[in-house]
Amino acid sequence: MSDGFHRRRGGGVVATFTGFEGDLLRSLASQIVELLRSERAAPSSGDDPLEQLLDMSGPTSEPDDPVLARLFPNAYPNDDEAAGEFRRFTEGALRDSKAEAAVGVIASLEEAGLPTEPAGLAEGDAGDLTIDVELDRDVAMSWLKSFTDIRLALATRLGVEEGDDDYWLALPDEDPRAHVYDIYQWLGYLQETLVEALSRSR
Amino acid sequence: MLAVSAPMPVELDEPEVEDLTFLEKPWVTIVWNDPVNLMSYVTFVFQNYFGYPKKKAERLMLEVHNDGKSVVANGSREEMERDVQAMHEYGLWATLERAE
Repeated sequence: MSDGFHRRRGGGVVATFTGFEGDLLRSLASQIVELLRSERAAPSSGDDPLEQLLDMSGPTSEPDDPVLARLFPNAYPNDDEAAGEFRRFTEGALRDSKAEAAVGVIASLEEAGLPTEPAGLAEGDAGDLTIDVELDRDVAMSWLKSFTDIRLALATRLGVEEGDDDYWLALPDEDPRAHVYDIYQWLGYLQETLVEALSRSR
Repeated sequence: MLAVSAPMPVELDEPEVEDLTFLEKPWVTIVWNDPVNLMSYVTFVFQNYFGYPKKKAERLMLEVHNDGKSVVANGSREEMERDVQAMHEYGLWATLERAE
């Protein structure tokens, strides 16, 4: 099992993953990409159909999906009009940069030697393959952001709340949520080591 | 718009400090607590994006954690919109409003 990220000379970081872990990270990153591109960031404001057709700048209302609503929060909770304008000018760019970061995670994993096709690696035979992922500071920063997006997505789906660790840790193994929570915590651990490695390399 | 080649000395009334602050920094960026983001990560973002020293970044992070929110920046509306967008890129829950 990966012991997380370590600092390298020159400001970069390195982490070793098993094939199983690499596959898992790639799968999570690609789910984020899919989500970001699924519900179209389409404009939905105004009652004038002509105006709607001509308005290609971006959405003005909060996304329906709770994960997307968390990734793109309302910037003006007390001003619907300003909130819509802000969303119109930012959400498209934010979706692109988040999707780009997640695609970057997948690219780093594959550059490090993760087979492009998931090898159907089971947890047991993960010993066969390990990959060393080396990231320069800029790429490491986008990994950091992508880990945040994935953790926000998992926590929103699970319904994680402040200080409820005991609830999740007490779930029986056969509850699928217990497995998802394990992954969520594992990503938190990896992110902690990544923050630490990046803080030291400044 | 006028182009002025040299500054002209002008007598000005001493402005009230509070008024001046209000005029110069009328908007604030607020970061809200969430159950997901790591304390170390939030501190790192405040250091990395705003360029705050570690002590200040930690103080703001603890305010978010303990009080549920913290004013992390102030400035013009445009500047605060940029900051809020950046916070959203980092996955922090941020809003902006007029300074009280």
